[in-house]
Amino acid sequence: MEWLQINYNYLLVIVLLMIGLWAMIGKNNLVKKCIGMCIFQNAIIMFFISMGVKAGSTIPILNYTKIDGVKTYLTEASMYANPLTQILMLTAIVVGVATLGMALTLVQKIYSEYGTCEEDEILEKLN
Amino acid sequence: MSQSIVSFTPLAIVLTSALAVIPISLSGRNPNLRELWTFLAGFLKLMLLFSLLEPVTKGIAVQFELWKVLPGVSLHFSVDAFGLLFAFVACSLWIPTSLYVIGYMRGLKEHAQTRFFACFALALSATAGVAFAGNLLTLYVFYEILSLSTFPLVAHHQDGEARTGGRKYLTYLLATSIGLVLPAMIITYQMTGTLEFSSMGIYGDTVKPGTLLVLLLLFLYGFAKSGLMPLHSWLPGAMVAPTPVSALLHAVAVVKVGVFCNLRVITGIFGIEILSKTYLDTVICVIAGVTVIVSSLIALSQDNLKRRLAFSTVGQLSYIILGAGLAQSYAVKGAMLHISMHAFGKITLFMCAGAIFVASGKKYISQMVGLGHKMPFTFGAFLIGSLSVIGLPPAGGFISKWLLLKGTIAAEHWPMMVVLLGSSLLNAAYFFPIVYQAFFGKGILPENENVKEAPLACTLPLCLTAVISIVLFVYPEPFLTLATLAVGE
Amino acid sequence: MEQQYPVLIVIIPMFTAMVLTLAGWFKPAVCQPLAVVGLLGSFLSAVATLLQIGAGEVISYRLGGWEPPFGIEYRVDSLNALVLVMVSLVALLVAIFARKPVEKELGNKISNFYTLFVLLVTGLLGMTITGDAFNLYVLLEIAALTSYALLAMGRGRAYMATFNYVILGTIGACFYLLGVGLLLIKTGSLNMADIGTILPKLVGSETVLVAFGFLMVGVWIKMALFPFHGWLPNAYTYAPTATSCLVAPLMTKVSVYIMLRIMFTVYSADWIFNVIQWKPVVMVLAVVAILMGSFFALAQRDIKRMLTYLIVAEIGYMVGGAWTGTAAGLTGTIYHIMADGLMTVCLFMVIGSVVYRKGKAHFESFKDAFQSMPWTMGALIIGGLSMIGVPPTCGFFSKWYLISGAYQSSDYAFIVALLISSLVNAILFIRIVETAFFSATPSEIPDPHAHHEVDYADSPVSMLIPMWVSALALIAMGLYTGEIVTRWILPILPGGLI
Repeated sequence: MEWLQINYNYLLVIVLLMIGLWAMIGKNNLVKKCIGMCIFQNAIIMFFISMGVKAGSTIPILNYTKIDGVKTYLTEASMYANPLTQILMLTAIVVGVATLGMALTLVQKIYSEYGTCEEDEILEKLN
Repeated sequence: MSQSIVSFTPLAIVLTSALAVIPISLSGRNPNLRELWTFLAGFLKLMLLFSLLEPVTKGIAVQFELWKVLPGVSLHFSVDAFGLLFAFVACSLWIPTSLYVIGYMRGLKEHAQTRFFACFALALSATAGVAFAGNLLTLYVFYEILSLSTFPLVAHHQDGEARTGGRKYLTYLLATSIGLVLPAMIITYQMTGTLEFSSMGIYGDTVKPGTLLVLLLLFLYGFAKSGLMPLHSWLPGAMVAPTPVSALLHAVAVVKVGVFCNLRVITGIFGIEILSKTYLDTVICVIAGVTVIVSSLIALSQDNLKRRLAFSTVGQLSYIILGAGLAQSYAVKGAMLHISMHAFGKITLFMCAGAIFVASGKKYISQMVGLGHKMPFTFGAFLIGSLSVIGLPPAGGFISKWLLLKGTIAAEHWPMMVVLLGSSLLNAAYFFPIVYQAFFGKGILPENENVKEAPLACTLPLCLTAVISIVLFVYPEPFLTLATLAVGE
Repeated sequence: MEQQYPVLIVIIPMFTAMVLTLAGWFKPAVCQPLAVVGLLGSFLSAVATLLQIGAGEVISYRLGGWEPPFGIEYRVDSLNALVLVMVSLVALLVAIFARKPVEKELGNKISNFYTLFVLLVTGLLGMTITGDAFNLYVLLEIAALTSYALLAMGRGRAYMATFNYVILGTIGACFYLLGVGLLLIKTGSLNMADIGTILPKLVGSETVLVAFGFLMVGVWIKMALFPFHGWLPNAYTYAPTATSCLVAPLMTKVSVYIMLRIMFTVYSADWIFNVIQWKPVVMVLAVVAILMGSFFALAQRDIKRMLTYLIVAEIGYMVGGAWTGTAAGLTGTIYHIMADGLMTVCLFMVIGSVVYRKGKAHFESFKDAFQSMPWTMGALIIGGLSMIGVPPTCGFFSKWYLISGAYQSSDYAFIVALLISSLVNAILFIRIVETAFFSATPSEIPDPHAHHEVDYADSPVSMLIPMWVSALALIAMGLYTGEIVTRWILPILPGGLI
């Protein structure tokens, strides 16, 4: 139970990952597959973000005042949240959006080609 | 051999015919010029071979390193007496065969003659490469080149039958060399760290007999060109090729390369001593002995002349392997000599078969009754070729068979002596009726009444090789000396 | 200047891609020459980098001057230098080759094609050169996204095939990212070499094991190892000619390279072969991949599709070789990455030429090809021999090392699978050559002596030259095997192998 209190974020991520994976592999509708992909990628983003979280932390920006001409820091390095994961995820979000865009474009093309987004119907038309 | 010299000559010999491919292909529009190139290359090759004779007979190995492919393994040539013997056989037969090809191909107005001559020359290069190979990898490389360059020759007619034969040919040869020889070679290299031939063998005493047996079988069957049963059936299948191809390649170059490789592996990789110590020589003898007898029996039942000759070849090849398997110096000498003797005899027979086909269009023995009077030279040569293959005087085959028999006696291998004698009887049984029917048979086919001898370009080479077969009986020294040297006496 | 070669390899194609977008607005005709020039620059830089590297040396290039492990580092040792040369060479050849087929198949999208093409190469080169695990992910996605777009240009069935690839490819990339995240939690580092120094202290950690699992499954999906190969044949078959020529040889090979990096730089040979017991399972996957790829290839009538199944088999070669845990096997894998890249591009270009001339690549298209397309068929024979493994082509030597490795580690099933695959390849190529050599099918036997004239209609010179360069490279590489292995491969083999 204690483990759960500390690590509930991972549990959430796992649940989201499974939902996404199931939708990507199991769903018949191509748009739903895209939605699953989106959930899957966002779960990973949450995973990264949550690993950098620290209770009571603040943004990693130098913050100081000058008292009598001497620099006095208001925040210390130990109070910062890990900025690395957030920066990484900025990139990952961009990648995710691009992939989703690509996938949706393809779905549109498929729809105009076969007139449906259901995988089994498309496969029928292919054969 | 302790001494060795480095010389460019082995490479030059291999390259002469390979480079001849270029002028041959370029002068495709002018057939006479094209054939001139073939002959030029042939004579040049023979001359170069003679220049190697002197050092080799003195016991000096002629070396040439071609390329270092892997750390510790290179492609290199090393000419010893056995290799030179084989190269002589192949190259000296190239010239009469080329003459014969001209007569045959022009007589039948065959298509794609340029491609034919080009592949022919390439195949000869590969054969020379195999003969001079200094280690197993080099041997393997040229072995594969030979398989590939002869495919267009076998499938020359490009019809359904040629397709089947060609497919069988290539599948058998590639499948066995990749599936069996390649792993055996790599395992050998992993165990010993070398692939060089050595008369003592390279395995040493540490390898278990069971492993040796597996490797031996992989090598023996892997070089499927030697036609050991049950991997022989490509050989009769490849008889769809034009007769000159059958003559040179399937009686001389290709199949002999197979047995040459087997002999090299037996003497150079395993070593005679290790084989007799582990009783593996008996395994070789049994495999070869069975092939000898069974193929002779099959040959008896064939009516297609070329197929009968093909099965006869299968049997004769196994004589050679058998000789090596006896692990006795007379027998090994006999085996090496049989490569040359059988080559001259069998090429005569094939050329006769081709000449009969050119002159009368007949392929089947039953249709050749009485033809002897119409084509006396051809059938006379056929008789001499048969004598040589059977092993009767006054033909060269007698000497090699005599040595093989002497080997069985010296090794006290009585069952093998029975095999040799029995098979000779069978040989006589499938050759003599052909000649007898041709000369003394009654009831010549009506359409054969007007048959004349084949063109001079066809008849001349076969008479030539027949005469050489007889000469080799009287004067076998050139090959005998080399074989004696190779055995190391 | 010398120190800048590593970054030039990636920067040149990246800027070329930008220029191409602009140039495409005004004059699509200049796109192909521009792309060739850009890729040539990249290729030359890669060669220069390779020659700079001494035995066992590592060139470290700090992007933006940030010190590793904080900044992104480009790390070049002779392993990825070799892969870089192979990738840039193949890309250059395909760019030259692509001119005619692209004009024919994608007439109105020339500029888009070349932009994506060069961007894809940028991604692949970046993946190979980078020493940063997250940077690798980004470049992986760049390569993947551009390849989706390029593959989907095939229209029709290509859309559905590409969509499946998008889904699976995304799963693969995300798994990789998850693995990287888990390693980040444990080690706090993204620099692969840096993680490699920290991981030995975390031997018993389950997180590290799970991370390895995610990373491996991720790259296996990307490289289409059995059982994750489902997406590959369709996606590559329906793609435009020029796309499949580029994507087929490179995507999977670079993924294999990444697997090697993860296995031996991030993790260690000792950990993989002594601590975890995955080897038997992976070897089974490799063996099944080889056998299945070979047998499915046998069943195909479309030669392009047949080749895609052969890729699946070749992946089995490389994974199996690396997982034998022997120096010889790993040498074979590294050598085969390059050999297979060149073989595949050679064969795909041959098929591309046939498609260009005859419209399809079925067996029937090859009828009489020896007379009508003699040069193309010559290249096919060399490529085929290399696939079969006939010396002196390089295919023989990769088999030599792979079988040696498998023999040392007693993986006899792998040896048998390799041999069976060689035999199947032999049958496949004999079949093609036979069809091309004989004019008639067995049912319609013509007069054997009749002259059968077929018009000479070989591919254009711009297609023949790259095809023959790759074919001759196969032989040259085979002849220089000893040199390549001793100079570049042996010094970087990791410790802990048999």
